[in-house]
Amino acid sequence: MAVKAYIRQRFFPHMWCPGCGHGIILNALLRAVESLGLNKQDIVMVSGIGCSARISGYVDFHSMHTLHGRALAFATGIKMSKPELNVIVPMGDGDALAIGGNHFIHAARRNIEMTAIVMNNRIYGMTGGQFSPLSAHGSMGTTAPYGNVDHDFDVVELAAAAGATFVARTTTYHVHELADLIAQAIRHKGFSVLEVLSQCPTHYGRRNRLGDAVDILKMYKNNTVRVGSDKKRENPDLIERGVFVKKEIGEYCREYDRLIARARGES
Amino acid sequence: MNRPSETAEKSENIKFMQGNDVCAEAALYAGVEFFAGYPITPSTEIAEQMAARLPLHGGKFMQMEDEISSICAIIGASLTGHKVMTATSGPGFSLMQEALGYAIMAEIPCVIVNVMRGGPSTGLPTHVGQGDVNQARYGAHGDHAIIALTASNHQDIFRMTVEAFNFAETYRTPVILLLDEGTGHLREKVSIPDPGELPLVKRLRTAVRNGVDYHPYLPREDGRLPMSDFGDQHRYNVTGLYHDMWGFPSENPKIVYGLIRHLVDKIENNSHQIARFRKYHVKDADILLISYGAAARSALHLVENRRRRGEKLGLLELQTLWPFPGEIVKDACKNVKFAIVVEMNMGQVLEQVRLSVDAPEKIFLANRIDGELITPTDIRNIKRVIQGKGT
Amino acid sequence: MRKKQYSGHKIERSWCKGCGICVAFCPKQVLELDAEGKVSVARPQDCICCQMCELRCPDLAIEVICDETGMGDGHE
Repeated sequence: MAVKAYIRQRFFPHMWCPGCGHGIILNALLRAVESLGLNKQDIVMVSGIGCSARISGYVDFHSMHTLHGRALAFATGIKMSKPELNVIVPMGDGDALAIGGNHFIHAARRNIEMTAIVMNNRIYGMTGGQFSPLSAHGSMGTTAPYGNVDHDFDVVELAAAAGATFVARTTTYHVHELADLIAQAIRHKGFSVLEVLSQCPTHYGRRNRLGDAVDILKMYKNNTVRVGSDKKRENPDLIERGVFVKKEIGEYCREYDRLIARARGES
Repeated sequence: MNRPSETAEKSENIKFMQGNDVCAEAALYAGVEFFAGYPITPSTEIAEQMAARLPLHGGKFMQMEDEISSICAIIGASLTGHKVMTATSGPGFSLMQEALGYAIMAEIPCVIVNVMRGGPSTGLPTHVGQGDVNQARYGAHGDHAIIALTASNHQDIFRMTVEAFNFAETYRTPVILLLDEGTGHLREKVSIPDPGELPLVKRLRTAVRNGVDYHPYLPREDGRLPMSDFGDQHRYNVTGLYHDMWGFPSENPKIVYGLIRHLVDKIENNSHQIARFRKYHVKDADILLISYGAAARSALHLVENRRRRGEKLGLLELQTLWPFPGEIVKDACKNVKFAIVVEMNMGQVLEQVRLSVDAPEKIFLANRIDGELITPTDIRNIKRVIQGKGT
Repeated sequence: MRKKQYSGHKIERSWCKGCGICVAFCPKQVLELDAEGKVSVARPQDCICCQMCELRCPDLAIEVICDETGMGDGHE
């Protein structure tokens, strides 16, 4: 398999649970990288902490496994100091929107060219199933034994409001779309956010009686719809997939290059 | 020796600046290429200088959303092969501790300036303090060693800033520069060294060729670890977990033990190479003052003043605070009647001095903890009390 | 459109965790989980080379070997 050229095969089988959606995201990401024809040397993957963060150990790119929630901050330093690198930042619920929420909105505001992939499995898996800022209101977790009183973020709306110039959503069921959107996100000249509805059959699925991985994927098949579809008007509960924001404004690193030229009186 | 022309050349480089600006100037001299920070009194002038100056040198300045992202960003930028720095003060330094531990664990060169103010908490933002000495040493969780430097005057702020970058590269570790509000906001003259006058340590990069197994975390015989920039041919992993010589996580007890020993030993075993200090009339001193940073200015003033009256007072000024130069302190205290540690906290260096010497009962403290600079008179009064002379 | 000629599944047995996603979503019911709970190719003759099992496998354990025929451009 061609995509095997992009992984560190000695660490397989990986540590994720049977049926974990994160493996599907890894699978699609490798295909996206392959389709773009990127060199492994030109990619840095920066991750935080949690189940999702282990992805950086499996890819044969430059890889950095950092602190919980801070992946985007480390990645910002990498991108800014070497803009020619493709910087990909996969994050879990907590990395992206709990402990790392501030870095998320500020990276979006700066429009620095990085690819943020929010691997949304609606739960903290590695610590054993606590609710996250993406857990549904009323859902069950070990720290929400009577149902979650918090409300969850809409990642797409949040990213768009914060200024991300490419915002998309898909699921681990829609694998062609997933690989395509990852490729689009990587190609985008600005801060791109891709929310992937992933599945945690071990914790979220079990505690919320959603069944196994197959059942959750069927749910994603049935309760999502392409953005702009008429079905959404008929059934507002459907979750839209696709590209929500795609716009070109000044990218941060290029803006800074112009600043350097201005400061030196070269422009 | 060519003294006249040397002096003539020098005179062109004399500047009148505040300490924070000197620190920024020295960082540029040392080759800083990336700075990320968040404004906080009394360190903000360093960020302002960097914002203005770095682009002129082709470097990059970023104002981040907080101090956490600031230190994370410089760690990331260091991995692409650049010399990096951030600057902050107490509250921001507290926020940086987790990532500081990451830089220690992942062995990433970087310089963190903490211009100390009164604490704890928001404390005294615009007043002087030296209360972060222990935080610099112990703030990050887990066992570790750290290098922390300080300076009392602008010429030394310049030198120690350059040293901070040199130590960071030599030992592949974060280095903390503990300045304080007293020197940071003080304006005095400084002679900017010519290029080449102070030695600079370059990033040590691996000579391992493409296709040959590169071990980013395998120390050479001399203890140094050649690096490879992100974006270059060698792809490896960086993590805050215990890791093997390729940078991949490991829970193997032998690997864990070997790594923690390496992280501590590479610094503690080189404490003599890292020790920087100044001695003023120490040789024949009956009474020794031990001080650092802004407090050392008052100590030096008192020593020079009393020496003119024949009093055998000396000063050992510490510029390396961590690893604590215990041998140097012990040696300096050997023949004195007693010694006084002069600092602006409740005895953080005092404790280390007492641990280092043979007769800890002869070590006293002269301090101020009210946000005001300790004065020569303060020190003299305490000295007189110790001598049984009253104030 | 290029046509694909099926020539076999390549399974990394030690990577497969037996989640059953490939079995459940195969449009032609080609795959089954065997006695050890690992994927096995029960009806290879029915495979249409859609490769959905390969793309959906969270363990990167499946590869469908398909030869390009017809108007292939030589690119895999």
